[in-house]
Amino acid sequence: MGYYFETKKLSVGYRKRPLIQNIEIGLNKGEILTLIGPNGAGKSTILKSIAKQLSPIGGLIYIDRQSLESMSGAELSQKMAVVLTDKIKTEMMTCEDVVATGRYPYTGRFGILSGADNAAVKEAMELVNVTGIREQDFRRISDGQRQRVMLARAICQEPEILILDEPTSFLDVKYKLEFLSILQEMRKKKGLTVIMSLHELELAQRVSDKILCVNKSRVERFGTPEEVFTPGYIAELFGISTGSFDEENGSMELEAAAGRPEVFVIAGGGCGKAVYRRLQREGTAFATGILFQNDLDYPPARALAAEVITAEGFEPITEALVEQAKQRIDSCKRVICCKTCFGSLEAANRELLAYAKSRGKVTEGGSEG
Amino acid sequence: MPKERKVRYILAYVLLGISVVLGLICNICIGSVKISFSDIVNSFLGKEINETAQRILWEIRFPRAVAAVLLGGALVLSGYLLQTFFHNPIAGPFILGISSGAKMVVALVMVFFAGKSMRTTSWTMIFAAFIGAMISMGFVLLISNQVSHMSMLIVGGVMIGYICSAVTELVVTFASDAQIVNLHDWSRGSFSGTTWENVAVMAEAVLLTSVIVFFMSKPLSAYQLGEAYAKNMGVRLPVLRAGMVVLSGILSACVVAFAGPVSFVGIAVPHLVKSLLGTAKPLVMIPACFLGGSAFCLFCDLLARTAFAPTELSISTVTAVFGAPVVLWVMIRRKKEREA
Repeated sequence: MGYYFETKKLSVGYRKRPLIQNIEIGLNKGEILTLIGPNGAGKSTILKSIAKQLSPIGGLIYIDRQSLESMSGAELSQKMAVVLTDKIKTEMMTCEDVVATGRYPYTGRFGILSGADNAAVKEAMELVNVTGIREQDFRRISDGQRQRVMLARAICQEPEILILDEPTSFLDVKYKLEFLSILQEMRKKKGLTVIMSLHELELAQRVSDKILCVNKSRVERFGTPEEVFTPGYIAELFGISTGSFDEENGSMELEAAAGRPEVFVIAGGGCGKAVYRRLQREGTAFATGILFQNDLDYPPARALAAEVITAEGFEPITEALVEQAKQRIDSCKRVICCKTCFGSLEAANRELLAYAKSRGKVTEGGSEG
Repeated sequence: MPKERKVRYILAYVLLGISVVLGLICNICIGSVKISFSDIVNSFLGKEINETAQRILWEIRFPRAVAAVLLGGALVLSGYLLQTFFHNPIAGPFILGISSGAKMVVALVMVFFAGKSMRTTSWTMIFAAFIGAMISMGFVLLISNQVSHMSMLIVGGVMIGYICSAVTELVVTFASDAQIVNLHDWSRGSFSGTTWENVAVMAEAVLLTSVIVFFMSKPLSAYQLGEAYAKNMGVRLPVLRAGMVVLSGILSACVVAFAGPVSFVGIAVPHLVKSLLGTAKPLVMIPACFLGGSAFCLFCDLLARTAFAPTELSISTVTAVFGAPVVLWVMIRRKKEREA
């Protein structure tokens, strides 16, 4: 008990018809919760209900032990800010004007900004790095800039809790990282609690304290990223049938080429990934090895290779595995060696290279440096 | 607020203020009987001037000019509220059929009261016009709930306007001759025949409503960002939306009750004022819109009276000539902006 943000038996939906039922969320102050799930699963519906844009069909939402229902709009506006996916249509408003609307809950009857308000606007714009476009018309900036301006707007509202619906969708990688760092910084400095939806699973996994998985109109999982990202779960959540998602590393691979392996790739230590992906693009099925289970090349190999000859991590490679690899080299048309030098524990791979050379199968690489 | 902006606002207000004052003076001076500026000053100071001039000044031209000031402001504020409400730049009381709805009920009431040989008071007329405005508004709202497309809303409004006008025509057809003359003049739209009694009533209704609108400028600014953000900022949306509908209804009802339907002012002037100010902030826009509407209507009424004197044009004839091109300009500019 004693969560800062809590939902109890919350069910949300439109026109009295529940879409998702029994949502139970518990967040401590300063935690970041991310909603993930396929398109149309109801993430936005949950966010809208939490932001009091939609009335819940049933159940209760508490912020700081106070029920959302009992809070007036004015009270809530000083506690919660939102960044939504709806595009706002402005008229003759500069970016600074848009950011300044975030001060609404703090200004007087006519909404005139005080010195303190202006300072807050300036600070928020600096934090999000949009000071350079403050004088520009909000309609004439890019989607990515718009998203950042809207974040600045939400920040200068000085909320305790921030609701963001797909806030990073238009941002390039630099700004995605910057965006999430800002959230972490705000959390550290001001104890900001964040509830957002993200499509970028790898980011969700990295930035979130808790993750809520929404699928087929129900909450499938709620927990820490470690609890949620178990092997195979993401493929199940999103119904992935082509390609794969690696939960441990948060990376994805396209679908492996089908058929009997034609190429054998000698790899290890991360030098094989690029070749695996090239072969996948060419549509060539391949086998690879001998890889230690904890090798950098292992996750992409597992996703892309027809066969991976695997050795236990931190254990010597057994004779049996070498034999198996040699047989596989025999059955393949050619061999690619990605390695230029071999460590003492991968002497077996050097042996494989020599073997392949003796059969005249090495078409790429293989010159030891 | 940056300095350049403040300077621009001040200049815009000075320009609008001068236009209104100048418009008032011209409207009093110019006409079949010329009244000089010194006559006006002397008459205001209580000195004796030519008796005909005195009468024309105080009983005809001055109340008429004040009516143009008040009703012009009311019309533009009403249009501004509707544009904000529907997030639609070409919304206005005339084009959405709200003026025609008001006209219809006023015509019905006039015929009904005249049939019982009772005189209608200014307040009855405003009330009747308000009821009519709300009936049309109800239909417009129904349409806007069904279709979110901007131009569909306008088409719907225009259709409602036609229906109401048809009903009005029907009433006029079956009214007796004496009533028709009255009705016909009024239904074309004109500021003529305004009495001080009228002015007193319209001043109360229009000024009070306008002040309330001005006090709504903060929530209106939040509403401009869209309903979701307005709600997040703690705006009580149902109250605000109802307020906008009712207040814009009262304002356009006042105009219809006293001057009949007046076209295009409600759409065109907010855009002109916005371009002048370089902002859409309600706090700055609302008083400026009022002044802009006053100046625009003074100018149009002057033309209506004098262009083909002694024949007087209906006010809508003049406002359409100047207002419709502005609306076209707005539409083309927006289209270009969207493509850019």
